[in-house]
Amino acid sequence: MSVDRVDRIIDKYGCETGVLIQLLLEIQRELNWIPPEAITRINKRLKIPVSEIYRVASFYTALSLKPRGRHLVRVCAGTACYVRGGPRILDSVERTLNIEAGETTQDGKFTLETVNCLGCCALGPVVEIDGQYHGKLSSASVEKLLSKYN
Amino acid sequence: MEPLKSPSDLEKLRKKILAEKNPNAPAIAACVSTGCEALGVKGCLKAFKEEFKRQGLEGKVEIKETGCLGFCEKGPRIVVYPEEIFYFQVKATDVPDIVSKTVMNKEVIERLFYIDPITGKAARKLSEIPFYKYQNRLLLDSNAKVDPKKIEDYIALGGYKALAKALYQMTPEQVLEEVKKSNLRGRGGGGFPTGRKWESTRNAKGEPKYVIVNCDEGDPGAFMNRALMEGNPHSILEGLIIGAYAIGSNEGFIYVRQEYPLAVENMQTALEQAEKYGLLSNNILGSGFDFKVKIHKGAGAFVSGESSALMTAIEGKVGEPRPKYVHTSEKGVWDKPSALNNVETWANIPLIINNGAEWFASIGTKGSTGTKIFALAGKVNNTGLVEVPMGMTLRDIVYKIGGGIRNGKKFKGVQTGGPSGGVIPEQHLDSPVDFDELAKLGSIMGSGGMIVMDEDTCMVDVARYFVNFLCDESCGKCVPCREGLKQARKILDDIVAGKGKEGDIEKLKEIAEATSAAALCALGQTAANPMLTTIRYFNDEYEAHIKEKRCPALVCKNLISYYIDPAKCAACTLCFRNCPVNAVEGERGKIHIIDQAKCTKCGTCFEVCPPAFRAVQKLSGAPVPPPIPEEKRWIKKGEKGAAN
Repeated sequence: MSVDRVDRIIDKYGCETGVLIQLLLEIQRELNWIPPEAITRINKRLKIPVSEIYRVASFYTALSLKPRGRHLVRVCAGTACYVRGGPRILDSVERTLNIEAGETTQDGKFTLETVNCLGCCALGPVVEIDGQYHGKLSSASVEKLLSKYN
Repeated sequence: MEPLKSPSDLEKLRKKILAEKNPNAPAIAACVSTGCEALGVKGCLKAFKEEFKRQGLEGKVEIKETGCLGFCEKGPRIVVYPEEIFYFQVKATDVPDIVSKTVMNKEVIERLFYIDPITGKAARKLSEIPFYKYQNRLLLDSNAKVDPKKIEDYIALGGYKALAKALYQMTPEQVLEEVKKSNLRGRGGGGFPTGRKWESTRNAKGEPKYVIVNCDEGDPGAFMNRALMEGNPHSILEGLIIGAYAIGSNEGFIYVRQEYPLAVENMQTALEQAEKYGLLSNNILGSGFDFKVKIHKGAGAFVSGESSALMTAIEGKVGEPRPKYVHTSEKGVWDKPSALNNVETWANIPLIINNGAEWFASIGTKGSTGTKIFALAGKVNNTGLVEVPMGMTLRDIVYKIGGGIRNGKKFKGVQTGGPSGGVIPEQHLDSPVDFDELAKLGSIMGSGGMIVMDEDTCMVDVARYFVNFLCDESCGKCVPCREGLKQARKILDDIVAGKGKEGDIEKLKEIAEATSAAALCALGQTAANPMLTTIRYFNDEYEAHIKEKRCPALVCKNLISYYIDPAKCAACTLCFRNCPVNAVEGERGKIHIIDQAKCTKCGTCFEVCPPAFRAVQKLSGAPVPPPIPEEKRWIKKGEKGAAN
């Protein structure tokens, strides 16, 4: 299963020093998380201690040690969005999905995260869902937006 | 595609590209960077393709996809060539009009021009738009002219000429001297003189030497680097190769945060194209100089933008800073001498080599030369990227270029420098913006984020926001940052929750002092700036929170209540229907009341109450008036807005 895919990714980058983060990013993109077997595989092939791989994987926000939901909802928590009411949007998403930032809904549909800045400050407050940006939101419009995803 | 072997090859190619270009040919150029994309430019482009097909113009009118021109507020932006007509806020439904009127019949469409909100006049040229009029766009201008995926566009504008000049007419020492003379200072935030940085890497012992582009733009509210890398990647690459030549480096890294997928993609394409033309890799332009570069994607950690942390991240490790007594210019990536500069710094290099250090130094102020790109955002009318000569006043940037404060509100402060910066209040609006002046005010230039705040922004809450941000992003390596910020956050959490105590401000100052003196890296050392500047300039707001349990800006949830003014309520049921917790009681024709026990203070009622009524109000520091008697709640027909 995923071990083959992990192997393919490792083959692509080679076992050079310094590739660990790039490897993990690609595994994250392919599998939507970093499963434990991926870590053991990297350990075996690249001879990097498991502790070191875990350390890297838990340090960076783009890498997730838990499976993510089918849809990734990222609420921008950048300063520009913040002063334009970002926290209220986050509240509203949390209330609608009944989870807190960093969690995944029970049905595995949504994972909610905050992101430091998406760089489209003109659209603030912004929410990104699966790479699509939704700007100038109000807390009243959140429920309707989320209901479009299944 | 033959590799170019000399400057004259490059010049020949440039002439050939220009000769093949008909300056009078009709074309459409659209900004496809992240901002405009989010606003729907892809839909417009699709509409153009369909419309061209329908009108039989397929293949006759070129569609160019270009980078960001900064005016994100009014995106999507479309330019019609050869007349160079700028249209703003274009929707897919406007496209048939643009094609049939402007492209085919040279008629302009007034409604798509930028309309000055004050004079109501339509601007036909960019120079007539105040947002652009006061800028000096040395770096950003090319963004509208080049397709970032086509190296030929960059070469046509004179791209890589500076590289040819450096390699063939200058020694590495002369290049270094020129950069030193220009007095270019690091655009990433530190403001360290670039030439001096290069010199120490050049003189450092150890091989190989590395040059690095820092595009880990982590400051919230900053997107200058993204725009440059998405819009004109070759300008950065050209600067990097010139720097490598001056320093004596044959290997480089471009570090880009993974949140910027388009920047990664465009840079990757740029590298491949430059290599094919012999402008990268072995024997560049036939000069014998070799230089290779790799892209490293950052995995999302604010602290990794710090130079020593970024270098450990390149090594594939956790991006944590190292003590500064070991200079990265001498011991950087894999302990080899490494010169790291910000995207914008590198992009300035070709300008300096082409036009000379004296020309560059003549722009800006004595201590801070050249231009600086700022990301103007927050409660300002014209959000976007602004490139101005150093030394322009904050007032000019916020009012002349930014068009003042949104919705006629009152200015309160402008936050510069991201989480390491501070908030500058109204009394200092006339200060010139350069590295040294901002430092005098307790803030920093930083990488160029500029968030405008109005009377509805609570300064204690802003300080808490930044401290909270830095707590989350602290790598945890050193105690003052890891523990000190946590304590500061706790105190600030208490203050905004109405649990502030006498002596809290003093304690915050004490923590700030210790953190800035004892933290390991610049992030920790500057972490206290948002706290210190807000205490310095907005002490009264802190006092109101602590002593009166009142939030003057009506922001802090625990200190405010929502209340429906019965004299204004038209009983329209909007808030009643939208309240997520059913805290609003009422019906059509019956004045609404908020059940304070149920209310979660989400602010939805305040948002949806029509501006004509403005019945929902926020109160702080005062008790909520008791509900009016039941019998007085019915609105008679014809009264107020009840009829609708």
